[in-house]
Amino acid sequence: MNPELPEYFGKLCMELDVNSMKPLDNLGHPVSVIKDAQHLAAELFGADDAFFMVNGTTSAVQTMIWSATNRGNKIILPRNVHRSAINALVVNGAIPVYINPGRDRRLGIPLGMSIDDVKKAIAANPDAKAILVNNPTYYGICSDLERIVQLAHDAGMMVLVDEAHGTHFYFHDALPVSAMAAGADMAAASIHKTGGSLTQSSILLVRKPVNPDYVRQVITLTQSTSANYLLLSSLDLARRFLWRNGRDIYRKTMEFADYAREEINELGGYYAFGPDLVDGDAAFAFDRTKLSVHTRDIGLAGIEVYDYLRDDYGIQIEFGDIGNLLAILSAGDRMMDVERLISALAEVKRLHERSPAGLFDHEYIDPDVAMIPQDAFYSRKRRVPMRESIGLVAGEFVMSYPPGIPIVAPGERITPDILEHILFARDRGCFMTGTEDMSLNYLQVVA
Amino acid sequence: MELWYTDEHTGEVRFSIKATEQLVSKKSAVQQIDILDTPAFGRVLILDGGLMITEKDEFIYHEMITHVPLAVHPRARNVLVIGGGDGGTVRELTKYRSIESIDLVEGDRQVVLLSKKVLPFTSAKLKDRRVKVWFEEGLRYVRAKKNEYDLIIVDSSDPYGPAEGLFTREFYGTCFKALRDDGILINQHESPFYAAHQKSVRDAHRHIAMEFPVSTVYQCHIPSYPSGHWLFGFASKKYHPIGNLDEARWNKLRINTRYYNTALHRGAFALPNYVLDILKEEETR
Repeated sequence: MNPELPEYFGKLCMELDVNSMKPLDNLGHPVSVIKDAQHLAAELFGADDAFFMVNGTTSAVQTMIWSATNRGNKIILPRNVHRSAINALVVNGAIPVYINPGRDRRLGIPLGMSIDDVKKAIAANPDAKAILVNNPTYYGICSDLERIVQLAHDAGMMVLVDEAHGTHFYFHDALPVSAMAAGADMAAASIHKTGGSLTQSSILLVRKPVNPDYVRQVITLTQSTSANYLLLSSLDLARRFLWRNGRDIYRKTMEFADYAREEINELGGYYAFGPDLVDGDAAFAFDRTKLSVHTRDIGLAGIEVYDYLRDDYGIQIEFGDIGNLLAILSAGDRMMDVERLISALAEVKRLHERSPAGLFDHEYIDPDVAMIPQDAFYSRKRRVPMRESIGLVAGEFVMSYPPGIPIVAPGERITPDILEHILFARDRGCFMTGTEDMSLNYLQVVA
Repeated sequence: MELWYTDEHTGEVRFSIKATEQLVSKKSAVQQIDILDTPAFGRVLILDGGLMITEKDEFIYHEMITHVPLAVHPRARNVLVIGGGDGGTVRELTKYRSIESIDLVEGDRQVVLLSKKVLPFTSAKLKDRRVKVWFEEGLRYVRAKKNEYDLIIVDSSDPYGPAEGLFTREFYGTCFKALRDDGILINQHESPFYAAHQKSVRDAHRHIAMEFPVSTVYQCHIPSYPSGHWLFGFASKKYHPIGNLDEARWNKLRINTRYYNTALHRGAFALPNYVLDILKEEETR
């Protein structure tokens, strides 16, 4: 063995890096310790079955979609989904029926789905197999999940919940309702984001009448047969920690975020939005642990404030986009850290505030879908300069990462608004991904 | 049995004082507070195991953190002290009749209460009518202030734990905003001698120099502190620490000091070459 590994990672870390021995069980066909650990997780999250995932919440989201749809099946989903969902459609050839999310006029951000839009989509597509819900969105906004479950089930559709940013919903009653409690069929819970397991580990939650054995088969289509035990054991440890301390740590996180919101709004210029956004429909509930701050009124893009915080003040936050930033607070932070963030925001405003004129004012553009994602991705493509792509159909994704929500997805027509959004995000310093051309000067379009 | 208190100056260097009695041992909401009686240093205040002040040599620290800026600023009326719950800095400030208000912002109420009880030599002037004590986090207090103070004194503990935020760029920036156009910022600046403390010296100087047009450090000798060689930061929007020193004015005040005098004031800004190098490196980084 390479002696540098234990020296660098520690001995225990290497001892846990084992595989393919009978007493260790097998993630693809669990019969002993993994089965027991998954059972404990299912119990904790109020699911009938739980699957440990070792390829990120991406794999959990894709498993949900592949379990619910086959080639040619329809699935209803909001367009502001993570790229992993649309990627799943590229692979299996299911047809997206997009619901445009509600939008907050002042902030320009996409919200959840309104009940009216869900009803209309169901009525127009009675043959759809499932509805996918983002709950919460990256910004912390939730749809009326219980009502959506009711509407979908009445129409014979499954409800799949991308709960990547909502693991904590299971542990405190002051937080929005969780997918399992709302009666959803499947949910992808990103334990590594707010639940304390190692990066890339995740849990897929399943409720009856979904057949868990079929779900397991779908998982094994793409999952490594050598799942890493560091990831698996971190999921089990996180499960135990959350069972013991979940309520306390998320209460503390909410207190930090509530305090920070109040102080940031006191500074003026910034708008740290929260439960005040709740409208009973497309913004049905707000996740109070999220510290989302609207920055456009001080004339700075969220990504610019994000860069100042990191470069000038040594504070790393989750992401900045065009008009907002998001800081993820946790019980591991100290009050001092929260005070530093607030003061640093005050300083960024004092030193860099300018006129908001000329700033792009919305994060979301309704798509013009010309082809299904699979056909577009696998069609014959050609490369055009980004600036000459208006009117053409994209053959690839363009997105800022984070948050990883596509600005344009394969099969969607490029509009002047979309092009402007892409160039603005790129020029303000967003980390742009998805395209074959790493420098984003060219775009692959359907030939 | 002998009772000895050891202050870890670094992981490899220790400083031990024989103690006769432990007068206070209390866990506050913020930190562990201990006060010892010692034959060599008198009463000693210890926060989270680290030595803060001793009765024997606190006068050096408190005189140097206050009289240097007040011999420069011609009319300091409103003063803010951040940290310094023992009251020593306030005691020196109250020697100036021209000062109209002193706001003391201390994050730990217990430090003030226990100092009043056990450390009368520093805390006696906390009851001066010009003094207002705010029990609040320093970073938060200053954030809300704009153009209000002539002098801000950051009398903090070491930058690990509760005082960490007082060595950050955002803190110095908010101090800049809280000061008037000719305001002065003085801060406890750690020691340049050992590597661990030198990092704090570097961080603090780099951050302050980014915010203030005038920014340097001055030194003194404090026997109970790591290496004994201690620095304070002098930052201002206008006044130069030597160019604007008004010796005649200060000497006319006839303030009683045991360490500070205006000749020493000049000398304190004459720095060793290795300290000058540190400052220069951080200014050009």
